[in-house]
Amino acid sequence: MATVTDSLDDHHDHGPAKGLMRWVTTTNHKDIGTLYLIFALVMFMVGGAMAMVIRLELFQPGLQFVDPGFFNQMTTVHALVMIFGGVMPAFVGLANWMLPIMIGGPDMALPRMNNWSFWILPFAFAMLLGTFFMDGGAPAGGWTLYPPLVLQGGNGFPFMIFAIHMMGISSVMGAINVIVTILNMRAPGMTLMKMPLFVWTWFITAYLLIAVMPVLAGAVTMLLTDRFFDTTFFSAAGGGDPVLFQHIFWFFGHPEVYILILPAFGVISAIIPTFARKPLFGYSSMVYATSSIAFLSFIVWAHHMFTVGLPLQGELFFMYATMLIAVPTGVKVFNWISTMWKGSMTFETPMLFAIGFVIMFTIGGFSGLMLAIAPADFQYHDTYFVVAHFHYVLVTGAVYSIMASVYYWIPKWTGNMYSEKLGQWHFWLSTISVNVLFFPQHFLGLAGMPRRIPDYSVQFAEFNMWSSIGGFAFGLSQVFFCFIVYKTIKGGEKATDQVWEGAEGLEWTLSSPPPYHSFSTAPEIK
Amino acid sequence: MNKLKQLCAGGAALTFMSSIARADYGLNLPVGVTETSRQVYDLHMLILWVCVVIGVIVFGAMIYSMIYHRKSRGAVASQFHESMTAELVWTVIPFIILIVMAIPATTVLIDMHDSSEPDLQIKVTGYQWKWRYEYIGEDVDFFSTLDAASNEARRVGSDIDPATVDNYLLNVDKPLVIPVGKKVGFLLTASDVIHSWWVPDFGWKKDAIPGFINEAWVKVDEPGVYRGQCAELCGRDHGFMPIVVEVKSEADYATWLAEQKAGSTAEKTAVIEEIDPLELKNIGKKVYTANCVACHLQKGEGVAGIYPAITGSAIVTGDINQHVDLVMNGKPGTAMAAFKDQLSDTELAAIITYQRNSLGNKVGDAMQPIDIAALR
Amino acid sequence: MSSENAYYVPHDAKWPIIGSIGLMLFFCGFSAQLNNTPSASIVTMIGFLVLVYMMFGWFGEVIDESESGAYKSSEDASFRVGMIWFIFSEVMFFAAFFGALFYIRNFSVPWLGGDGSGAITNEYIWNGFEAMWPTNGPGEVGGQYEKMGAWGLPAINTLLLLSSGVTLTWAHWGLIANKRKQLIFGLILTVVLGIVFVGLQALEYSHGYHDLNLTMGTGVYGSTFYMLTGFHGFHVTVGAIMLTVMLVRSIKGHFTPENHFAFEATAWYWHFVDVVWLGLFVFVYWL
Ligand code: HEM
Ligand SMILES: [Cu+2]
Ligand SMILES: [Cu+2]
Repeated sequence: MATVTDSLDDHHDHGPAKGLMRWVTTTNHKDIGTLYLIFALVMFMVGGAMAMVIRLELFQPGLQFVDPGFFNQMTTVHALVMIFGGVMPAFVGLANWMLPIMIGGPDMALPRMNNWSFWILPFAFAMLLGTFFMDGGAPAGGWTLYPPLVLQGGNGFPFMIFAIHMMGISSVMGAINVIVTILNMRAPGMTLMKMPLFVWTWFITAYLLIAVMPVLAGAVTMLLTDRFFDTTFFSAAGGGDPVLFQHIFWFFGHPEVYILILPAFGVISAIIPTFARKPLFGYSSMVYATSSIAFLSFIVWAHHMFTVGLPLQGELFFMYATMLIAVPTGVKVFNWISTMWKGSMTFETPMLFAIGFVIMFTIGGFSGLMLAIAPADFQYHDTYFVVAHFHYVLVTGAVYSIMASVYYWIPKWTGNMYSEKLGQWHFWLSTISVNVLFFPQHFLGLAGMPRRIPDYSVQFAEFNMWSSIGGFAFGLSQVFFCFIVYKTIKGGEKATDQVWEGAEGLEWTLSSPPPYHSFSTAPEIK
Repeated sequence: MNKLKQLCAGGAALTFMSSIARADYGLNLPVGVTETSRQVYDLHMLILWVCVVIGVIVFGAMIYSMIYHRKSRGAVASQFHESMTAELVWTVIPFIILIVMAIPATTVLIDMHDSSEPDLQIKVTGYQWKWRYEYIGEDVDFFSTLDAASNEARRVGSDIDPATVDNYLLNVDKPLVIPVGKKVGFLLTASDVIHSWWVPDFGWKKDAIPGFINEAWVKVDEPGVYRGQCAELCGRDHGFMPIVVEVKSEADYATWLAEQKAGSTAEKTAVIEEIDPLELKNIGKKVYTANCVACHLQKGEGVAGIYPAITGSAIVTGDINQHVDLVMNGKPGTAMAAFKDQLSDTELAAIITYQRNSLGNKVGDAMQPIDIAALR
Repeated sequence: MSSENAYYVPHDAKWPIIGSIGLMLFFCGFSAQLNNTPSASIVTMIGFLVLVYMMFGWFGEVIDESESGAYKSSEDASFRVGMIWFIFSEVMFFAAFFGALFYIRNFSVPWLGGDGSGAITNEYIWNGFEAMWPTNGPGEVGGQYEKMGAWGLPAINTLLLLSSGVTLTWAHWGLIANKRKQLIFGLILTVVLGIVFVGLQALEYSHGYHDLNLTMGTGVYGSTFYMLTGFHGFHVTVGAIMLTVMLVRSIKGHFTPENHFAFEATAWYWHFVDVVWLGLFVFVYWL
């Protein structure tokens, strides 16, 4: 098995190249990880700015600021940017930084391709965001791209399609790299069942990515040909069906939501044991639960389509299968709580975010379970209840886990401790505001407010106002987060190698920050 | 700046007013007015309580642990990390709970799918952005659009306070009318993009998909007015295509139906009169506001790339027959609908005359209803 | 550890960024062409050339590294696993289109024809339409057309592709047994078979467009037919190019019986394309 890193030109102790070109041509997993993380942060801010526009318009009834067409562009691009530009690259960044270290390898297995996976993204998003300046504006048919509506788009339409293709190429290459790295680059003795859970969850995520990103590519290709080359995949007159697109899209889409959350499960499974000073409870059941979630995620897609008029048997099948996902998800939550049980806990910022994750992700899981009940979903579907659900799982789930990981590993990455005081402030500001932002949306949805509307009837005014206030506060809290990150990169108290008293794993055996090439000699795995 | 001020004032006013209007404030799913909606409500409450109970147990354990198992209290970490029994317990128990919930859910679902033997059927067609209702077997067929007051108030910069508008965004020019206590079957479809027909009090929503028909049904217990909205993103004015259903007693319904039929016969047999072009322009303006503004905008400037401008348009200022053809038959693959089903001869003549002679155009010719009738 | 089993990590990769720029130019140019933007095709062409340049450069560099012995068994293993999962991603790409075909044939067309829950749809919207395959839908989109038969060109093409799989394996045996002639001759045969396949496919398309009035716009039949066979044909073309490169490299003597991953990867790819064709032949042409 591979152990030492080196290059052909054989200079052993060289560091990174200098200047901008270091970042453009780098093949180093840490550099690329950093690029991904910074890119994700920028995209979070871009997508966040769009969210602010949305919440501003929804602050009170009546249209005050934007035209409804532009509002739809905002919701559509906000979602695409957050999912494909924010959460996914952030997790790939974490994977790049941590996977090789966690398994005791020298680097990612395919370093040059690793560089390409990243460097496609800025161009893809330049294309996507460029559509705002084209005739007809940015795509406005929702991130789910349902035809026939999406086919009515302006000149931005083909650019969006190809931007999605580029994101897909990037993701698939990234995922291949992850799998190859995990299979081939482990230090001797690092058996599969000794790998940290973050490695496991990413392993499974990578399979999901390879399985579904090409399906999305196929789906959007059919949109493209339906619009420009006279095909009729999604038009009844030619024998097709608009609902066919939804099937293909959600065959991608549901595994996609697990792509967004499985790495989060891994991160949380690393952080909670550290701060409980106690080994993770039920390691192997975690691995099996993750695998069964991944498997089930392929057979539940039509729960997003209960109202399209599926045959009864179909609705029953997808309802049962979806309810089943709650079981392995529950197992995870129970395991985390058992890990905390009888531990010796401290509550530094990463732990706070991890606990916030467990509680609020579970709330999102509960609403998910409610949505799984098909007859009830006939009421919930396409309302703010769904908006609340997926923001609980995505913002207080996926995004919280990303923030937890940043606080957890930034001392390792930079060699500097972040300011614990500011970190705690950030946590509490975020947590209070995010609940003011999203909790009332449950009520709005139940009371009858549809999603994706720029204006609403006055009965929904009060909760929308609260939600907007929470939104602005949450947005500001994240600007504060950027400041904390910046400050930590610039300096601060020096971090020890161990960083956290209770932390286990190979990353803590390296110096803070780690050497340019992580493990020049393979570590010994006990 | 002005907008910001408005926003603050509006915000303050709203907080005040909404506390007055709290009576009709919804926090929860409506129980609704049909057997189905009550069943759905019960399911919703059941699953909600199940979640609450599990939540209390799970979060309770967590919070207990966070209080008592903290280092600052001197807690020493145990090192246990596995228990087959525990894993089995928390796999099997949730599984059983799920089965218990799946049973009533299945019953309700089967019930909702049974749209057989309706007392009357209505075909509902979604258009961008209005609903069309055809009473099958009766000669009644009309469109239902956002009412003028809401439509006026909802424009950017209208300066009209939505709170002063009656049922802001939830009111239509002509509601759907159905009889109480009868099984009404709906045949849902769409003409352009996917819409979704939703009245919360009836307990369901169902997508209206172009080229396909979905079935659904209601049997309403109490007369009244029930409101809902389109629930599937359908473009620019998705937020502005409400649904209003008036449920009448059987007798009232019969009267209403007779009136409608009489009306439509009268319309058909009426002699088509010549209308003064100036008058046509006036009607045209109203028709334009109700049907065209959403895309082509108030001044006819359109949106580059998707909604062409009316002002100076080659078609509008060119051959009138082409203009008429486009408006009547639409342009497939775009948001431009075929308006011949949606508008009367007079309205079509009016809108064409208006477009040609307003919004910055001065062609000078006019269209007469009789000529439109000839083209049908 | 000696640097002999050091894992090879290249430095200063300039090809990826060139690839990204090429990709963006290509896609932007093509998008603009679809929007009828004047002279956009120039951008597409430039993007394409940049991509070709990138591929030559990138693969060239990898070949140089390989030839200079930078790769050992661990790098080789990475390439192998990577290639397998790449092919899996391609399988899923085709799965999307096969899935669409399956849905159209088993659900949407029967529903439109009044089957099952489609009874009302048929009665009120598409009265008189009967479900059958092939079909251009109840709107008879694209007008009168004729079906593409299975037992003419497509059957010949099946034979061609299957034999190309055989010749390729034969070439591989030659490579393993160090029989250069067999290797090169086998590869030449394979490439020729591939090219003939693509040529016949082009002929078939021209027959479809000119004689049968079967176009991409012929309802779902035309859509699925051209989409599936088109993407397959594209993959055959790519595969044939890869084989040609392997041929050149074989002539140059790059491969040894022990060490010839590029050849194997190409062979896997070719077999995958072969298998897809069998699916196509059965579900698109025959049944
Ligand atoms: C217990 C686990 C979960 C269950 C049972 C569940 C169930 C559902 C259901 C039934 C819907 C469709 C609701 C509707 O549109 O009517 C939905 C929507 C959604 N869920 Fe979940 N979910 C779960 C967890 C997650 C997770 C972990 C994520 C992501 C991290 C997620 C993200 C989403 C998103 C993004 C949507 C909305 C998609 C859209 O329409 O735009 N869910 N969920
Ligand atoms: Cu889902
Ligand atoms: Cu609609």
